[in-house]
Amino acid sequence: MIHQYQLNGYNIVLDVNSGSVHCVDDLAYDIIALYQTTEKQQIINKMLVKYAAVPEINKAEIIEVLDDLAGLKKTEKLFTPDIYQSKAFDFKNRSTMIKALCLHVAHTCNLNCQYCFASQGKYHGERACMSFEVGKQALDFLVANSGEMTNLEVDFFGGEPLMNWNVVKQIVGYGRKIQKEHQKNFRFTLTTNGMLIDDEVIEFANNEMHNVVLSLDGRKKVHDHFRKTFDGSGSYDLVVPKFQKFVKMRGDKNYYVRGTFTHNNTDFTNDILHMADLGFNELSMEPVVCAPDDPYALQEEDLPQLYGQYELLAQEMIKRNKSGKGFTFYHYMIDLEAGPCIYKRISGCGSGTEYLAVTPWGELYPCHQFVGDPKYSMGDVWQGVTNTELQTQFKLCNAYARADCQGCWARLYCSGGCAANAFHATGSIKGTYEYGCKLFLKRIECAIMVKVAEATLDSTATE
Amino acid sequence: MKRIQTIATRNLKQSAQTGGCGECQTSCQSACKTSCGVANQQCEKYIGQNK
Ligand code: SF4
Ligand code: SF4
Repeated sequence: MIHQYQLNGYNIVLDVNSGSVHCVDDLAYDIIALYQTTEKQQIINKMLVKYAAVPEINKAEIIEVLDDLAGLKKTEKLFTPDIYQSKAFDFKNRSTMIKALCLHVAHTCNLNCQYCFASQGKYHGERACMSFEVGKQALDFLVANSGEMTNLEVDFFGGEPLMNWNVVKQIVGYGRKIQKEHQKNFRFTLTTNGMLIDDEVIEFANNEMHNVVLSLDGRKKVHDHFRKTFDGSGSYDLVVPKFQKFVKMRGDKNYYVRGTFTHNNTDFTNDILHMADLGFNELSMEPVVCAPDDPYALQEEDLPQLYGQYELLAQEMIKRNKSGKGFTFYHYMIDLEAGPCIYKRISGCGSGTEYLAVTPWGELYPCHQFVGDPKYSMGDVWQGVTNTELQTQFKLCNAYARADCQGCWARLYCSGGCAANAFHATGSIKGTYEYGCKLFLKRIECAIMVKVAEATLDSTATE
Repeated sequence: MKRIQTIATRNLKQSAQTGGCGECQTSCQSACKTSCGVANQQCEKYIGQNK
């Protein structure tokens, strides 16, 4: 299977199963489109007609392209058959090591963001904070179930995790203590709205957190529209200076400034550029996921504009990169040479298998998005995963298990997408969230185009 | 190949032999987790090598 598309002056051809990417000229682009379905002679005739006005294109040229394509096919860089399907179903028997936990250290929040999927941190339940005892048990549970795996990830999540900061620090301290004796390496991460950031938080986080995720929606007006304090005022002016200080002190350690866009700011590229102008250069901006009848839900008719925004962003990034003022946009970070192996690409996020969420009370859920839904309760940190039937369902939930993904060229870039989105959109974790897919396809096209632009160093196409 | 430029990519078929260790970062795609899809991940085996 191949996928071919034209963007920003480039003709791009992706060979889905080998992961190869080709940048081709118009003649090769047209021939590739016909190659698998049309006789050679017919292709030659068609091309001679189409390019009759182009003197350099003659029969010999066309034959040369056909030969090149035959060579690429032979070396499995084009039209490569799918040999992975059979592997995907072995996944049922794969081991169930756990390597990542999302610790809901605080089911409470100090902001009152209207679009919050966790309903202001409470996950439709009681306000609560995790005790150190539960956190400690969660790390013991993780170590005990991680087998040979060295790198263990623990994300401090909420609600707002800084509202339970002392426990976070205790859990980190405990992790550092036990990691040596068990030959593990904890990678802690923190997702915060910024309200409680102070010098002490910055110092501790910069020493101990592998990554921090800072929530900012972009321009002040946009940010303040949703991200309000409980007295109804916006939080932009409170958090921006804190984030700037945090990032400045962070040196070369990882961080992301991330936002959410909604129907209210379908020109979200301006928000990303605003963040870049504030001095942040590791950025992410996500489409809101909410009930379709919410007033800020993204609409079908927003799509053309959103596509346009993704293209604009890609072009702007190429430009800024060239002028030395580049920034990273999370979705366009794609490492073509050192990206994930095929196993990872088929299995995806690992929710319910290698990744679990832990509530303040120590209950286990397949991931943070299922927390609070009793049907998805999987066990607890003392007894471990007791709902093995649910675990098996998640194990089998991969790019090849979803009917909609079978014909999709992007399945090895998204691995079938988010089970939680699928569940919320279709009622089944094996469904697909169609709107999300549409945006994803566009983003991958743009991301690969940026890589092609870098690789071909063709300055003319972007001007 | 003057009309086709092939960009360097990881050979996925080969990765079926060499990959699968599971040490790389988990890849939640949800918005609140900054959408770390598999596409924007790096293989742990390469981190610190070429980069
Ligand atoms: S670290 Fe690399 S080889 Fe190992 S599972 Fe991840 S992508 Fe595959
Ligand atoms: S199911 Fe979705 S929200 Fe949950 S871990 Fe996977 S990608 Fe993230």
